[in-house]
Amino acid sequence: MAAFSASTMVRAPSFPAAPILEIRNLRIRFETDSGMVAAVNDVSLSLTAGETVGIVGESGSGKSQILMSIMGLLARNGMASGSVKLHGQEILGLRDDRLDRLRGAAMSMIFQDPMTSLNPFLRVSTQLTEVLVKHRAMGKAEAMRHAIAMLERVSIPDAAKRIRRYPHEFSGGMRQRVMISMALLCRPALLFADEPTTALDVTVQAQILELLKELAATMGTTIVLVTHDLGVVASLCDRVVVLYGGRIMESGPAEQIFEDPRHPYTKGLLDSTPRLDEKVHGKLHTIAGQPPSLARETPGCPFEPRCAARQPGCRTLQPVEQRRDGRTLACHEAAL
Amino acid sequence: MSAEPVLQVDDLKVWFPLKRKWFGGPARVVKALDGVSFTLMPGETLGIVGESGCGKSTLCRAVLRLVEPTGGRAVWLGRDLSQLDGEALRLERRHMQIVFQVPLASLDPRMTVRQIIETPLLNFPIQETPEARRVRAAELLTLVGGHPRWLDRYPHEFSGGQCQRIGIARALILKPKLLVCDEPVSALDVSVQAQIINLLMDLQERLGLSYLFISHNLSVVRHISHRVMVLYLGKVMEIAERDEFYRRPLHPYSQALITAVPLPDPRLERAKPRLELQGDLPSPLDPPSGCRFRTRCPRATVLCAEIEPPLRDYGAGHIAACHHIEQ
Repeated sequence: MAAFSASTMVRAPSFPAAPILEIRNLRIRFETDSGMVAAVNDVSLSLTAGETVGIVGESGSGKSQILMSIMGLLARNGMASGSVKLHGQEILGLRDDRLDRLRGAAMSMIFQDPMTSLNPFLRVSTQLTEVLVKHRAMGKAEAMRHAIAMLERVSIPDAAKRIRRYPHEFSGGMRQRVMISMALLCRPALLFADEPTTALDVTVQAQILELLKELAATMGTTIVLVTHDLGVVASLCDRVVVLYGGRIMESGPAEQIFEDPRHPYTKGLLDSTPRLDEKVHGKLHTIAGQPPSLARETPGCPFEPRCAARQPGCRTLQPVEQRRDGRTLACHEAAL
Repeated sequence: MSAEPVLQVDDLKVWFPLKRKWFGGPARVVKALDGVSFTLMPGETLGIVGESGCGKSTLCRAVLRLVEPTGGRAVWLGRDLSQLDGEALRLERRHMQIVFQVPLASLDPRMTVRQIIETPLLNFPIQETPEARRVRAAELLTLVGGHPRWLDRYPHEFSGGQCQRIGIARALILKPKLLVCDEPVSALDVSVQAQIINLLMDLQERLGLSYLFISHNLSVVRHISHRVMVLYLGKVMEIAERDEFYRRPLHPYSQALITAVPLPDPRLERAKPRLELQGDLPSPLDPPSGCRFRTRCPRATVLCAEIEPPLRDYGAGHIAACHHIEQ
């Protein structure tokens, strides 16, 4: 394991509460045929080492684009502005060759569909050892040993034999384990997970969530999980960030957000989710209307058109972010 | 419910033969559905759950005879659908419609909403003028919570939830008695999913529809179903009335499915006991001997490998197939 610990590339001298990742006023725009689309507006977020943060939002909330911009993976027509600092170093807008030194080494990402993010033409062994050869300058044999050890770490049975196989020879759950092991090979401090269990069956989802929990605890990895599934967030995350229309509506410790949501959107989302552990009532609570179209940037609160508590001012004025005891809230009509 | 069932399925089988390997070798067969029986009453929702590959979708397609069953039968209002052919089958089918998973993909992008909703009317000898059809399509849009204004627009102009409403309107225009819903809310956002679930429950009450409701989401199934059926590798593991099923699931597979669902409550979620299943679904090409679930079952014994457990009744229509049910 000495090979791992000696070489984390950008780890700045670590003083205790220093954030590992600091996002300030992140804005993401896409230039499209029908004009400029504002995907993310003024998102600020700071992550401390070892915590697991869940970013919750519906489609079009901008949740995935936040991760993509940090990894330098925005589509060609996308632009990010603001600031993202990893261990104090600005990484937004970094050239690709500089980013390549960080991606896979200091931060890595797992995606929703492991089949489309693994190369179908290459053996798993090739795809796993590449990372180690590139970032850790290992020889092939050594890289192979490490890769097999990591597959065993994520509970892939018979790893020494199965590492020679191609991605299609693995089941969905096993493929996601391969992705996770690939992402963790260089022991990155930060792991981004974009809907990592959405394509999996519940029983397999439960296995993968347990695995992520255990890895976060034993390796001290900071995890940012993006999902639409409130159950997944509740099971894995210490902190929750609720996103709507590219803005943070509410954030705070998971237990507080679930037990005492303050934003009308968070409340609506929790109330409209059918739950296994409740009495079945006739009708589900609904949030009227449809998720927002991003093409029109509103001066006011993005949730205003669907909000039951809206007032005339909500349409024209962006709510000021309230902060208290580790929670934030952006709403004119609610208070922390 | 003492009335006659609208649908009675007996020992339904769907086997897909595979190509032989080189040098002959035995003919291989995927038993996607291997002897499934159940009934569906008027106005009832039967939730069908199980992991991908368990046969949920094949079951629904076989009932509608969109795939040809290998054996068994589906009796629709006293008529054996497997005996019907051609025109007779087509006429019977107007009473059973289907709602698909991906709303936008199930609507033809080059047809207007009006054409999409009206098309089923043109397939059946229903004497209606174009004007009457338009009025009917407008009525249905209103019924599903849409607006007659939508009629002359195209699918891409609508959001996922709105497309699903259009899909439901199309399914309802022939006044069917059975709606097969194949993961109808899985592709929708949480806030929109609730709207569609409410709509389906409301329509059932107003129109007396029966639903076969396929979903991998056990919370959604609990909300909408009267009874729940659990499939595993093409076989029924358990069928029970909804509250009974969630309060007292008998089969270890059902128990594992229920405990695997993460609850949107961090305190409960962290405290809850887990019955974690090991591994993945075995290949349907070569299912385990005896009980199909035994390779992942915490209770499996030698007996399970040797003898396939039959479905037994545990009272009030609660049936399950397991050698080791703790009463």
